[in-house]
Parts: sequence; structure tokens; C-alpha cells
Amino acid sequence: MRPERLRVIVVSTMLGLAFLVLWQAFAGLQPTGRGIPGPAAVAATAIQMLAHPFYNNGPNDKGIGLQLAASLARLGVGWVAASVVAIMGGVILGLSPTLYRAVNPYVQVLKPISPLAWMPLFLYTIKDSGQSAILVIFMSSLWPTLANTAFGVATIKRDYLNVAAILQLSWWRRLVTVILPAAAPAIVAGLRISIGSAWVAIVAAEMLIGGTGIGYFVWNEWNNLALTSVIFAILAIGVIGVSLDVALGRLSRRLAYTE
Amino acid sequence: MSRGLDASARLAAAVERAVELAVLGGRAGRRAFIRRVGAATAGAALASVFPMGAARALAQEKPGALEKRDLKIGFIPITCATPIIMAEPMGFYKKRGLNVQVVKASSWAMIRDLSINGETDATHMLSPMPLAISLGVGSQSVPYVMPAVENINGQAITLHAKHKGVKTAAEMKGFKFGVPFDYSMHNFLLRYVLAEDGVDPDRDVQIRAVPPPEMVANLRAGNLDGYLAPDPFNQRAVFEDVGFIYLLSKDIWPGHPCCAFAAKREFVEKMPNTFKATLFALLDATQYARDRSHRKEIAAAIAPRNFLNQPVEVLEQVLTGVFPDGLGNTRNVPDRIDFDPFPYHSMAVWILSQMKRWGYLKTDVSYRKVAEDVFLAAGCREAMRSLGQKPPEANAVKHAFALGKTRVFDPDKADDYLKSFAIRRS
Repeated sequence: MRPERLRVIVVSTMLGLAFLVLWQAFAGLQPTGRGIPGPAAVAATAIQMLAHPFYNNGPNDKGIGLQLAASLARLGVGWVAASVVAIMGGVILGLSPTLYRAVNPYVQVLKPISPLAWMPLFLYTIKDSGQSAILVIFMSSLWPTLANTAFGVATIKRDYLNVAAILQLSWWRRLVTVILPAAAPAIVAGLRISIGSAWVAIVAAEMLIGGTGIGYFVWNEWNNLALTSVIFAILAIGVIGVSLDVALGRLSRRLAYTE
Repeated sequence: MSRGLDASARLAAAVERAVELAVLGGRAGRRAFIRRVGAATAGAALASVFPMGAARALAQEKPGALEKRDLKIGFIPITCATPIIMAEPMGFYKKRGLNVQVVKASSWAMIRDLSINGETDATHMLSPMPLAISLGVGSQSVPYVMPAVENINGQAITLHAKHKGVKTAAEMKGFKFGVPFDYSMHNFLLRYVLAEDGVDPDRDVQIRAVPPPEMVANLRAGNLDGYLAPDPFNQRAVFEDVGFIYLLSKDIWPGHPCCAFAAKREFVEKMPNTFKATLFALLDATQYARDRSHRKEIAAAIAPRNFLNQPVEVLEQVLTGVFPDGLGNTRNVPDRIDFDPFPYHSMAVWILSQMKRWGYLKTDVSYRKVAEDVFLAAGCREAMRSLGQKPPEANAVKHAFALGKTRVFDPDKADDYLKSFAIRRS
């Protein structure tokens, strides 16, 4: 291991430990049962919850594993659907500057809307809370991928497209062998931003609709002011978020190319 | 009619007659009504007021075949939902052949949407909600019925611990209050209390809808000065040293309705036998909860994470009525919360009059007609009788308010009652 890398690990570990010590000391200052619980109490809850992550005591009480699985399933469906739509739309917009500029104002208006703001509308029209939550994920993961894909496709080197035209490739082959690979790094960067914002939105969406999912879990524990469980859930949400990001980061490194 | 007519058809006819009599106000009323509109129209008009299929099902001794066994019933995790919740772990639904999942919802808006969208078959609601939804006020208009009240009393005004010196509502000007929902007894009772002391609830204070489970956290954060909330969140605030109980709602209107069991009218019409079985299960549970010696057992049954997710100690304090009030006193109020299913039409009329008073209801409606459409007093009576319980004889009674200057609400003089208030929006 290179000394530089070792130094980073040591400093990082020390920062983490210092934070835990300060947190425990701060928690210890307050009377027991009041205020913020310390890391020891959170760890105890974590051990207890991780011992039985998949228990199922009925519709309103399931293990943390099942809650996370439910959230990830929702995330998966919403994000994949949004990605397919966003990549197709992005390619079309990227290839046609006129269309791009015509559509752009609408996209700019829709983009900053919190995906949760759509929830009442979805509930009213779709009449299903589960599907509404998935649509919220869809809305939150649509725009970054759409914008990145359009940008990626629009900035493909003209040479590539010219060569494809000279070779008289069919539009499908042009798409699969030239456009998508050339725009892939930009697209994956969009997908990476999308999955991050979708994971942020899912927790809030599930707090609204209830049912199953890590957001509902946080809400249910908040009901009981069980802060150790809430903090543990926050950590779990963070770990999953990082894992998703790392996975897409790996993918983007594989798809990178130099011109 | 021939002798060959079988017993159930005869019973059905008798029930129809009985409902007609109840709705139209005696035999003379019925005759006059039928003479005016013709028998067939009369039948149809009545079916629109009271689901006849459900009435027939309720009167039959032998339960008909259940149209649906697996039901979902929505609830908000509060002690008002006690009969609806306890009926699952304590087997009251199972006894009637039903396999019920009680589904926890995060807010009253969600309860409304889950029910309207058909994700739940029947639901826990605040008693003003089926009235408001049937009228299309604060919602799309969907006909609802409310065959039973869940609990009476069971709410309180909780104030932040920093307001321990407050002795009258007049001192609450400038406060930020939480209520669970616009269309709630909580909202109407809080407004009543404030206005009786000359505080205009729309101008002198701020009243916001806050889902019950989020109330304690908001009070602790100082986001709210107080709330009129369902329990256990009043007692939980005391338990957390965040606030104190200022006034129990039973000291505003003794015996007021709080939460209710409601369903879309469509559910009752399409599945009369399932509706009947569910209602019976709930009436059994309500009767069981009424007995104070069962309250500790019930507190233990509904405390787990699957249901209320609250400390048993807090639930016992609520259900037994022996509780610390946060001011250093231990109080003993056995009817702090009580359980009585009968949905008096006069309760609905009071609620509608308050919706009118505060401008939620902008059009003129016949309070009485809406009350009869939604609050199924006759159906509840029939069901209670079949279970050997003793329902009251009258559909409407006068209600006496205990707070300050005693006011008596006469459902036949709702307009005069409304005009007797100095602070009102209409």
C-alpha cells in the first residue's frame, strides 16, 4: 500500500472515531431517555434490528431488510422506466437542435419541481398509492438523464456521424453502434445523478403514503419518537445510497473512452 | 301476498316498511309520500337514502354468504381507532369469518385517498369526514356512509410546557395550534373553545392541519404552541415532558363523537353481508372496549409496532383515565375516552352547522337530509339489537355543552343555534 493511501485511511478513521466520541459525550450530557441518543444506543438498536432483518409481523411491522428491499424495488421500477424514456427522448433532442430548443423551455420549467409536489395529482388521477410512489421516482429520475443524454448526443464529434453517413448505416445501427456508445459517458453520468435524486425522493414519498419501505419505517419510528431506530435507518439509507452511486461509478469508468 | 312467500322475503318487506317509516316519519308520512310519488318511485327514493340491501342483511338472523373475506381497513395510529385495531389482534374480525388486515396510514388525507381509491375496503375516519366527502367539500364528492362511531370523548387541548400559566382561552391569542385535519371534531371543538372566550380562530390564532403522529415532535420543536389532538399524543407530550393537558374534550361537549367507522356507500350496497359482518365485529369490539376492566388488556394488544407503536404505559393512562396531567397532578377521569357506537343524526347536524359556521360549507344544504344519508342510525340500531345490545330509541337528541356558559344544541333549531354565536364566518 502506498504511504499516501495509508495516511488517508488513518486520518479518515480518526475523524470517524472523534465524531463518535464527541457524539457519545454530547448524548451523555443529557438525562437518560431525553434528547439525542448516543452511538452506543444506536448500535444496540442496529444489532437488534440486523439480527432479524426479514421478520414480518403483518402489514405495518416488517424487518429493516424487507423495508429496504421494498424501497429498492420501487426505486428500480421507477428509475429503469424513467431511464428508458429519458434516454430515448434525450437522443431525439440531441440529434435535432431545433426540437431541442423548442422543448427546452418546458423541460426547464418541469425540472425544478420537487417530485413530491406531483404526489397529490398522481393519487387523484392514478388512484393507487404504490404506483403514485413509483411515478414520483420516475419524475425525480427523468430530468438529469434526459438533459445529460441530449447534451451527450448533441456534442458527439461530427466526424463519427459523418463516417456513419458515408457507410450508409441504417438508423438503428447508427444508434446502437455510434450514437449510444459515443454518448455513453454522459448518459451514465446522468443515470448516476438520477438514481441519487430518486433515492432522496423515495424516502419522503414513502413517509407520505405509508405501507412498506424505509421511508415508512422512519415515519413509524418517529411516531414513537424512537430516535435510535430513526438514526439507524438514516445510516442504512446513506449506506445504500453510496452503494448505488459506487455501482454506477464503476459502470461509467468502464464506458469511458478517449478520443 | 301468498302464503308461499318465504320467510326471508317477508322479512325483507317488513324491513323495507320499517326503514320507510323511520325515514318518512311515521305511517301518515309514508302514505302521503307514496300517494304523491307512487310506490315504485318511493322505493327508489328510499334506497337512495338508506341502502336497502344493507338493511335487509342487518335484519337477517342467519348471516348471508360473505361476498369478500379478505378485507383491508385503514387506520391512523391513535387510541380513537381502538375498536378497529383491537378487533384484529383480539380476533373479533375472525369470529365473523373475516380475514382483515388493518393498514396504517400516515395522514387523514391519505386515509381519504386510500378509501376513495378503493385500496382499503372500509376505514377509520374522523366523524366529519364522511359528511364532508359525501358533500364533496374538501374532496371529490363520493357518497359515504358512517354506520358507527368509534369513540366518544378522547381528545384534549395540550399546550407547550412554557404556557403553564395559561388559564383561559383568551390568553391564547397569537398561538399556533395543530389539529389533525380541517374536517375533524378537533378543529371544530378548538374553534368553539377559542370563540367562546372571544378569540377569533381565523384571525387571532393560527390553526394548521398536522398529522397526529407528528404533533409531539412539532410541539417539542416549538413549531406549535399547542394542539387539540387525539390521544395518545396528548398523554405522550406529558410523558416526554414537552407539554401539559390544558382541557379534556369531554369537558367541552361530554359524550361528543370523535372517530368513526366509515365506508363508501358502494361497499355497503355491493357487499351487504360483508358490511354486516364487519359492523358486527366492530360493535362487538366497541362493547368489549366499553367495559373499563378490559382497558389494560386492550392497551397491551394495540401497543405493538404493527399497530399504535406506543409505550403501553401511555396507552394505559389514556384508556383507564388515570393519568398525570403534566402540571404535577394525577387525575382520575374514567370517561376521558369512552366507546359508544351510536351515530346520532343530531351529531351530524352539529358538525354540519360548524362546517357552515366556519365557512367550510358554502352552500345551503338540508343538514337533516345529509345526516340521514351518511349517519346510519337505523342500521346501527338494528345491528346492536341483533347483538343483544341496547341502542337508544331516538335518532336525534339535544346535546348539552359543558364549557363556560352552558349551551344546548337542538338539532331542530340549528340555524338559530348558529346565529347565537358572535364569532362566525356565515
